[in-house]
Parts: sequence; C-alpha cells; structure tokens
Amino acid sequence: MGQTLYQHIDEANEALDRSKAVIEVENLSKSFGDNHVLQNFNLILKEGENLVVLGKSGSGKSVLIKCIVGLIGIDSGKINVLGKNIPGLEQEELDRLRAEIGFLFQGSALYDSMTVRENLEFPLRRHVAKFGENVDSLQLVREALHSVGLEETMDLMPAELSGGMKKRVALARALILKPKIIFYDEPTSGLDPITAKEICYLMLELQQKFHTSSLIITHDMECARITSNRVVILIDGQNYAQGDYRELENSKDPNIKAFFK
Amino acid sequence: MTETGEISRFAARFFKEVFKPPYEFRELLRQSYEIGWNSLPLVGLTGFIMGLVLTLQTRPTLVEFGAESWMPSMVGIAIIREIGPVITALICAGRVGSSIGAELGSMKVTEQIDAMEVSGTNPFKYLVITRVVAATLMLPLLVIMADAVALFGSYLVENLKGAVSFELYFSQVFEFLNFGDVIPSITKSFFFGFAIGLIGCYKGYFSKKGTEGVGKAANTAVVVTSVLVFILDFIAVLVADIFYEL
Ligand SMILES: Nc1ncnc2c1ncn2[C@@H]1O[C@H](COP(=O)(O)OP(=O)(O)OP(=O)(O)O)[C@@H](O)[C@H]1O
Ligand SMILES: [Mg+2]
Repeated sequence: MGQTLYQHIDEANEALDRSKAVIEVENLSKSFGDNHVLQNFNLILKEGENLVVLGKSGSGKSVLIKCIVGLIGIDSGKINVLGKNIPGLEQEELDRLRAEIGFLFQGSALYDSMTVRENLEFPLRRHVAKFGENVDSLQLVREALHSVGLEETMDLMPAELSGGMKKRVALARALILKPKIIFYDEPTSGLDPITAKEICYLMLELQQKFHTSSLIITHDMECARITSNRVVILIDGQNYAQGDYRELENSKDPNIKAFFK
Repeated sequence: MTETGEISRFAARFFKEVFKPPYEFRELLRQSYEIGWNSLPLVGLTGFIMGLVLTLQTRPTLVEFGAESWMPSMVGIAIIREIGPVITALICAGRVGSSIGAELGSMKVTEQIDAMEVSGTNPFKYLVITRVVAATLMLPLLVIMADAVALFGSYLVENLKGAVSFELYFSQVFEFLNFGDVIPSITKSFFFGFAIGLIGCYKGYFSKKGTEGVGKAANTAVVVTSVLVFILDFIAVLVADIFYEL
C-alpha cells in the first residue's frame, strides 16, 4: 500500500517538475523593529503543486504568506504571483489578482456577524465579474458548501458551528471564487487528529478536483505527509531545506530531524 | 501625544476615502440601524430622567424667587443647548463607542479584517467609513429625540406640581428658543457622532493581539471619546459665542 502511494507521488512530482511557477519569492526580507522575521527567504510554488512550509511557532510562517498576498508590506526582495510583481501593484490590480487567490486563515476568520451563506457570498461582492454577468451566487454558495460537505449549515451563524465545521466553511469561502492558488494557514490547528486528517484528505481532493496550487503552512507532520508534493523548512527566517517528505524525513541534519520526531 | 497624530491621520484617511466609490450602502444602513435605532431606548430613558431631575431640582429655587413661570423656557434652553447633546453623546460614547471598539478589535485579532482585504473588499470602507458616517448622522437624530423626551419629562413634573397644560408649557419652551440655540446644538451633535465613530473605529482597527487587546480597545475608546466630547463641547461653546458677538 505504502509503495503504491509513493509511486503515485513520484509520478506527480515528475509532472510538476515540468510545470511552470505560479509563485516565486526571491530574497524576501521582513522585520518588525528588531525582530528579523524573514531574511532572504526564497521559495517557488509550481502549478498544481501542494507545497508545505514547515516551521516552529513564531518562525514567521503566517508573516510569509501575508507578505505573498500583499497584506503585509515587505522590506526587500521580490514576490511574483501569477506573473505579477506584488510589491509594485496598485490596489486595484492587487484586488483583481486576489480573485485568483483563496486564503484559509489560521483561526478560520469567519465573519461573526454574518451567516454562513453571507460569509461565502462576501468574496463574490467584488469578484463576481470573474464569472460573468448572470451568475447565480446562491448556486456558487451551494457548490462550495457541497465540496466541503456542509450544505446544511447555510443559514447558521459561525458561533453555532464546531471548530472543524468552521474550518470547512472557511475552506468553502476560500474556494468559492475557484482560485488558482490557495493559501492554507495551519488548516488543522486546534482540531482533533481524526478531523484534522479529514481536512487533509479534503485538501488533497480539492487539489485534484480543481487543479489548484497550494501553499500549506503547518507544524502538523501528519498533515504535511498527507498533503505535500514538496516540503520547505523555514528556520531563522530562511529556506533552510527543501525536498519531498521522504527525503527530509531521512535527513541526518539535527535541525531537520527535530521536525520528524 | 503620538496618538493624536495617528488619530488625525486616521481621520484624514476617512476624508480621503469617504467620497470615493464603491459605496457600502447596505452596511451603512445596517450600522445606522444598529447605532441609531438600538440606542433609542437607552437615550430615551436617560433623557426622560434628566428632564424629570432637572425640573425637580430647579423648581424649588425658582418658586422661592417667584420665577416659576420661567421654568419651561429655562429648562428648555438648558436641555436643548447643553444637556441633551452632551448626555446623548456620553451615553453613545459608552454604548456605541465600546461596541464598535470591541467589534472591530475582535475582527482585527481574529484576522477577519485581513480576510476582507483578501476578498477584495476594502475593510476601511466597509467597516470604518460606514460606522463613522452612521454615527455622525444618527447622533443628531438621537439628540433631537432625547431633547423631546427630556422636555416631556420636565412637562410632567410641571404639570403635576404647577398644573400647567401641555400647550402652555411647550409654547413657553419655544417662545424663548431661537435658531441660535438649536443650530449650534445640532451642529455639535454631528461632531460628537463623528468623534464617537472615529475613535471607536480607530481603537478597534489598531487593536493589539489577544482578547486583552480587544478589551482595551473597547475601554480606551469609551474613555477617549468621553473626554473628547467635553473638549468638543467647550470648543462649540466658544465658537457659538463668537457668532453671537457678530
Ligand atoms: N503585525 C505584526 N507586528 C509585529 N510583529 C509581528 C506582526 N506579525 C507577526 N509578528 C511577529 O513575527 C513573528 C512571526 O509571526 P508569525 O505569526 O508569522 O508566526 P508563525 O510562524 O505563523 O507562528 P504560529 O505557528 O504560532 O502561527 C513573531 O515573532 C511575531 O511576534
Ligand atoms: Mg501562524
């Protein structure tokens, strides 16, 4: 069983080697005062790839993806997303680009004052043009909720959902615009191991169904193992090592081994 | 002190973006309902009690001087010029300022504001502008309502003690009241509303991480706004005085 699973990954990775990059980060540096969070960080995300970024708590993983989507300004370096240079973009262009991006926040970040349906409709407010004039937003909401298996929650408030359900709804919200790239910030944090695994398999399923590229941030090794095509290890603000899960798992480097205990 | 600069910059950003489309009318309406309509009971009740208390307290003195008949116009002027606007503003600083501070603070902390931004909606427009505009527009309406209820409370006391009729009481109130009393009072109410919305939003929008940060945002919003209400009131009186001189 294990053997065939790996074979599948090998084949997928070969295909990925030939595909083009959707995100390129070059020498990215970002400090908050004296806190040098990222220093000359490099990363490439290829089309259709699930790239996991591993790092300790506080190592700057969330800061990294927030820089990539332009939520946080950077000090120096280059960030290229879908061929656009993020730091140089006007607000309007940035917004247009964000229609191609889904973002799952660490704490789900569902809007407390809105129902599940309104939460999902929110990204459609500005980006509905992407689907043409006569789009049925209710239909899109249903589809997105269906793909995370939560159609029945449509009229509930976020406070009425469990932690796992919130993650799923947040995932549905990230998916609703059918983005080319999805950012997952700790998709499994705060979930029990079984629900966490379900979310991971859901992420894999979505990758295959919608052919999205994903940047997944986690310190959950099980999640990294299940979802990753490739893994990047973030230590001291730098891209310390990268490779597929097995390569890194067998590494002799104590800094890397620490993650796989 | 650095904060004064930051709040000014926040206000400048408000004026820069308030007239730029897209406009968030639905959210503005929702906020006006939340800030205006939902404050009615509290503002009404306090206004009513102020009317009662003010009349009960001043009445004996006026009776002593035999100036009982001045009661309606005196109370009317006090309420409309000063007590109505200031009490309403303070009540709203407490109720509205803290709830805006806490709401935006928790949205900030739980990354809901970031989520809006990546959804292509400008959170400053959607959250801040709608709330500040709603507060600015609703406060004068609440003040007018509070004035009316306070005068009614005052009338009830007069009616019980002095058996004054409704028509007589209010004709006396309005006899001495002129635009010079009403206009400055309404004008300053706009500024009170603006201050309440702006400070609440500012504190929430830049709230520090953690639940503690949210509590602090709500709390300091109330404190700063209340002080600001008195400062603005003082400035309003000075400005109104200058106009009287002219
Ligand atoms: N807006 C900010 N202002 C100042 N410092 C910040 C800000 N955001 C993050 N930091 C700092 O940057 C560092 C990295 O934070 P980040 O949230 O990226 O960590 P993380 O790797 O995502 O950790 P976790 O796994 O706990 O989520 C931390 O030291 C944090 O204090
Ligand atoms: Mg994080």
